[in-house]
Amino acid sequence: MIQADLNIILPEIVLSLFAIGALLGAVYTSKDKMGPVLVWATAAVFLALALWIGVSGEGTNAAFGGMFVDDAFSRFAKVAILLSSAAVLVMSQEYMQRKSLLRFEYPVLVALSVVGMMVMVSAGDLLTLYMGLELQSLALYVVASLRRDSARSTEAGLKYFVLGALSSGLLLYGASLTYGYAGTTLFSDIIQTATKGHISIGLLFGLVFIISGLAFKVSAVPFHMWTPDVYEGAPTPVTAFFATAPKIAAMGLFARVLHDAFGGAVSDWSQVIALLSLVSMFLGAFAAIGQTNIKRLMAFSSIAHMGYALMGLAAGTVLGVEAMLVYMAIYVTMNIGTFAFILSMEKDGQAVTDIGALNQYAKREPGKALAMLILLFSMAGVPPMVGFFGKLYVLRAAYEAGLAWLAVAGVIASVIGAYYYLRIVYYMYFGEEPDETLDKSNSPVLWGFLMASAAIMVLGLINLFGVEGAAAAAAATLVN
Amino acid sequence: MDNLLSIVTFIPALAALILALFLRGDDEAAARNAKWLAMIATSATFVVSLFILFQFDSSNTGFQMVEEASWVMGMQYKMGVDGISVLFVMLTTFMMPLVIAASWDVNTRVKEYMIAFLLLETLMLGVFMALDLVLFYVFFEAGLIPMFLIIGIWGGANRIYASYKFFLYTFLGSVLMLVAMVAMFVDAGTTDIPTLMTHSFGSENFSLLGIQVVGGLQTLMFLAFFASFAVKMPMWPVHTWLPDAHVQAPTAGSVVLAAILLKMGGYGFLRFSLPMFPVGAELMTPLILWMSAIAIVYTSLVALVQEDMKKLIAYSSVAHMGYVTMGIFAANQQGIDGAIFQMISHGFISGALFLCVGVIYDRMHTREIDAYGGLVTRMPAYALIFMFFTMANVGLPGTSGFVGEFLTLIGVFQVNTWVAAVATAGVILSAAYALWLYRRVVMGDLIKESLRTITDMSTRERAIFAPLVVMTLLLGVYPALVLDIIGPSVEALVSNYETALASAQDALQTAATN
Repeated sequence: MIQADLNIILPEIVLSLFAIGALLGAVYTSKDKMGPVLVWATAAVFLALALWIGVSGEGTNAAFGGMFVDDAFSRFAKVAILLSSAAVLVMSQEYMQRKSLLRFEYPVLVALSVVGMMVMVSAGDLLTLYMGLELQSLALYVVASLRRDSARSTEAGLKYFVLGALSSGLLLYGASLTYGYAGTTLFSDIIQTATKGHISIGLLFGLVFIISGLAFKVSAVPFHMWTPDVYEGAPTPVTAFFATAPKIAAMGLFARVLHDAFGGAVSDWSQVIALLSLVSMFLGAFAAIGQTNIKRLMAFSSIAHMGYALMGLAAGTVLGVEAMLVYMAIYVTMNIGTFAFILSMEKDGQAVTDIGALNQYAKREPGKALAMLILLFSMAGVPPMVGFFGKLYVLRAAYEAGLAWLAVAGVIASVIGAYYYLRIVYYMYFGEEPDETLDKSNSPVLWGFLMASAAIMVLGLINLFGVEGAAAAAAATLVN
Repeated sequence: MDNLLSIVTFIPALAALILALFLRGDDEAAARNAKWLAMIATSATFVVSLFILFQFDSSNTGFQMVEEASWVMGMQYKMGVDGISVLFVMLTTFMMPLVIAASWDVNTRVKEYMIAFLLLETLMLGVFMALDLVLFYVFFEAGLIPMFLIIGIWGGANRIYASYKFFLYTFLGSVLMLVAMVAMFVDAGTTDIPTLMTHSFGSENFSLLGIQVVGGLQTLMFLAFFASFAVKMPMWPVHTWLPDAHVQAPTAGSVVLAAILLKMGGYGFLRFSLPMFPVGAELMTPLILWMSAIAIVYTSLVALVQEDMKKLIAYSSVAHMGYVTMGIFAANQQGIDGAIFQMISHGFISGALFLCVGVIYDRMHTREIDAYGGLVTRMPAYALIFMFFTMANVGLPGTSGFVGEFLTLIGVFQVNTWVAAVATAGVILSAAYALWLYRRVVMGDLIKESLRTITDMSTRERAIFAPLVVMTLLLGVYPALVLDIIGPSVEALVSNYETALASAQDALQTAATN
């Protein structure tokens, strides 16, 4: 029996062993000199695991009495998490090394947080959920303050930690209430307590607290306060990491809790999620207008994007989960490209985050400017870029579930949001001639990620690279 | 050729791709190559598109040359033309080589300029051919991106404001249409336009937030589509982006905007609003007719006081589009025939007028009417051509402008005499502003020192105007060229509209008696 259980969590075990081995190996040998090698090795392990999980996984398997679930949904999320983490690691290697930030702990911590994320999306029990979430968060708190000599970076880490601890507290309180009223922590048992599509008032309280805790992790309004500061303070590669894999994991966990544990009472939570979605979309759209720091701008942009993804969840249907997954896959691809661009923004070797520095960028680097233009229009949801299809998906899911008002609000927010994406285009293409120009970046890795991401945004309109089918299968196993 | 429509649509995009990938350098030779490649691609598109016209069977009122392939989310890549769309396709392919020729003197970022126009052509052609709701939306919206860049990069002094206003205004208009499209997708279970045309959407009244919605779902969907097309058209009072965009856009951008992009609104009304939401359309008809009448009179008056030539012509475009909406919502054979005719003819005439402004702008770098006067002494050929298109704009019989205005007026007269009367008054106003403009720019004595050395049109410029003059005259004296092609499709559209209305009313009555 234990043999079968261990087989199911084999990918997580492999990754944990790798992280521990790497840690020990580096400590006892050459320490930070191992950094670059470890980054590439970790990325390679991520890729191998993604391939393994993506190809070999089959059916729905539960381990440890249902505490850990391996199904199409978790596999979809895991592949997305592993691939995006690998991409961000590879992207960050050169930058971190140049800034002498590439300590050997960085890839190890990322690997550990990825283990946490994989556990999160496979959680079948409130305890597994908490364990995964904390493993992920603790690793991320440290990574955020990786630049130890920078007040900004340590401040970001501390803020993230304090607010994260608060949200964990909310989540734990919710979990204890849920346990108290349902008498179990197992999702598959909690779902049995719903009668006639509703849950008891005590469970509802528990659910609301759990939602609050998770909303913090996806940085949905009103639990978003940490996002701009952490995005701005953390080193840019770390910001890129925050904006991608942890968001997929948190969204995946969100979907899992809502459908696996509380799927019997969709109408009870759908309105809460709809409200979170509404305020996130609008706050993200409005608050980004005044930003001149591109990292803060991306923070608000990600808040708005989470709003759209939550719109899919709010629908509470198979199509809704499918829409959320497609949206997240597209969102992550766009963000990887955008952050590859931001990483290449430098003047005299110093990172630049002011969007004013992009004045007339298109004249000097037409190819990169064009790729960024495509990504920006994709994020704004303008067809024919793939970002539009993500929006179309969630709109359809929301409308079918009777949330037409949310769909209308969503498209209006997207027009407001278009303004600040256009502003970057404005600087790149129409701006004044600048006094000082950005360095000509010659990092082929960053260039490659930027171009690949932009190409996906255009070519994806042919068939979305088949993500649709995988997402549909994943959603079908989650919602029943 | 089974893929004729796709071939025509994607030739320009292919050329844009070649330019983007293979053309290096920004010296004179590269600029020349970019111009010639764009010219060849747009001309080739026009030549190939002639096959569409030859193959087109005007007695068949259905969609022809249909291509289908499956796409994501259960949608389809489906293209086809019918009597309503085929001439818009031809108008687009006809205008684009002229637009490229008119941009021959552009010298900043020539490669990007040509790429933007080539992509824009693909997207515009796609709009007129798409037979899938979402495919239509993709083409319709994507066109904003190149136009935004064209205005923003190659535009005038206040181009930033104009480009933002253009983008956000039209984007806001169309996102509501997107929600309505989603609603149609969910309601009918398909995004196939021919199927949706036969699907009857619910028209039972219901209350929304305590407000009784007469005509139910159809009214809401109609309004959502209306928001998009009315902005695109543009109709009074949401026309304010157009003068700004026109004034700031480079000449070629203005020509495309006036000649083709504005027609998407009218095409949208004919393709979606009338056939799919007849109940909503019928309810809104009085409002739209009056809005059109106001547009004609009000914007003509505004045009009278303009001091910028492009702005004047932009307002005159809004007024002429007023005839189009009026004709469409008269919903009878003459009205819709006239509306389509007016759109095609306005494509030639307003395009030519913007080119006329471009000719003297290229020489003097100002569009102020006061800066000119007495051009006839130095530029006789220009004076003649400008005169011809001024007359066509006024609607002088013998030019195509007359036929469109006259047919729409006949159409609307049968529906609402008062609207027709007010709109006819607009004809007089259009004569007033157009002739006054001509008087101030071309006639009189040449007293401005700066104009003493101005030269008449070059051969290239004359060659650009020649086809436009021919088309305007040809359609003016022999309108059957257009009317024979659109007639049967319009007839089918009108009869379907009336049948759908009657059956919806029957359904309501049965519901009421039960």
